[in-house]
Amino acid sequence: MLHNLENTGRWYDPLRQMRFAQRDMSRLLDNLRVAATPEFPLMNIWGGTDGAVVTAEIPGVAPEELDIAVHQNTVTLRGTRPAEPLADDAVVHRQERTTGTFTRNLILPFRVDGDRAAAKFRNGVLRLDLPRPEADKPHKITVSRS
Amino acid sequence: MTDHETNGTVSPEATRAEPVFIPPTDIIETTAGVQMVLDMPGADPDSLDVTLENRVLRISARSASSAPDGYALLHAEYRDGSYERSFTVSEPIDTAAIEAVFKDGVLRLTLPKAAPSPAAKITVKAA
Repeated sequence: MLHNLENTGRWYDPLRQMRFAQRDMSRLLDNLRVAATPEFPLMNIWGGTDGAVVTAEIPGVAPEELDIAVHQNTVTLRGTRPAEPLADDAVVHRQERTTGTFTRNLILPFRVDGDRAAAKFRNGVLRLDLPRPEADKPHKITVSRS
Repeated sequence: MTDHETNGTVSPEATRAEPVFIPPTDIIETTAGVQMVLDMPGADPDSLDVTLENRVLRISARSASSAPDGYALLHAEYRDGSYERSFTVSEPIDTAAIEAVFKDGVLRLTLPKAAPSPAAKITVKAA
């Protein structure tokens, strides 16, 4: 029996046509970049015995314009990403960066020592150090023989 | 200015076991030139590489890890990795005057348009 090689020759095969259509569709959808980030900024949260560290990707925001508030166990991050100023003759080819105001609340499972909390900004990544107050830390109880 | 497609050719193999991300980009063209703004948070400025070769503008950078010492990751929304993206430049660009500034995790590229080359007149010899 003669076997036809796949995808060669000019013979008409509806299944082959469907495969072509499928390939074209997946290529088309693959090139679409519509995935909007669900939240801004993206955060990673790190935990340790001393408290927590939050790192957030906030590119293009001046660190002095970030508003970070700590209240008991809640951390609020507010800010604005300014839009690019456009000249009169400007033509926008691509606009993939998000702009506008953003707010994110983070509720931690412990209280934060607001006086010792620290924030650093480097290359568009914010690092928030959120230590626990000394009084809230777990105490070790030593057992003595009586 | 469009995204550079590798037309059937195989892209270079990555030699590091870390993900490669496409930085979100704004491209604004004016009569003076093309302004590109790329979000690359966490990118190490020393590793930033911008090349324009054969009309292909390639931008790549590695990111410095943001992992703090002595802490364990509890919740992750982003990952560390490299950035890479290339564009095909359709306008003639003055390559000597390209400016690149990296500030607060945003790379700004200014590509001034080259002055139009004077039209060359070719005389046709009648034989």
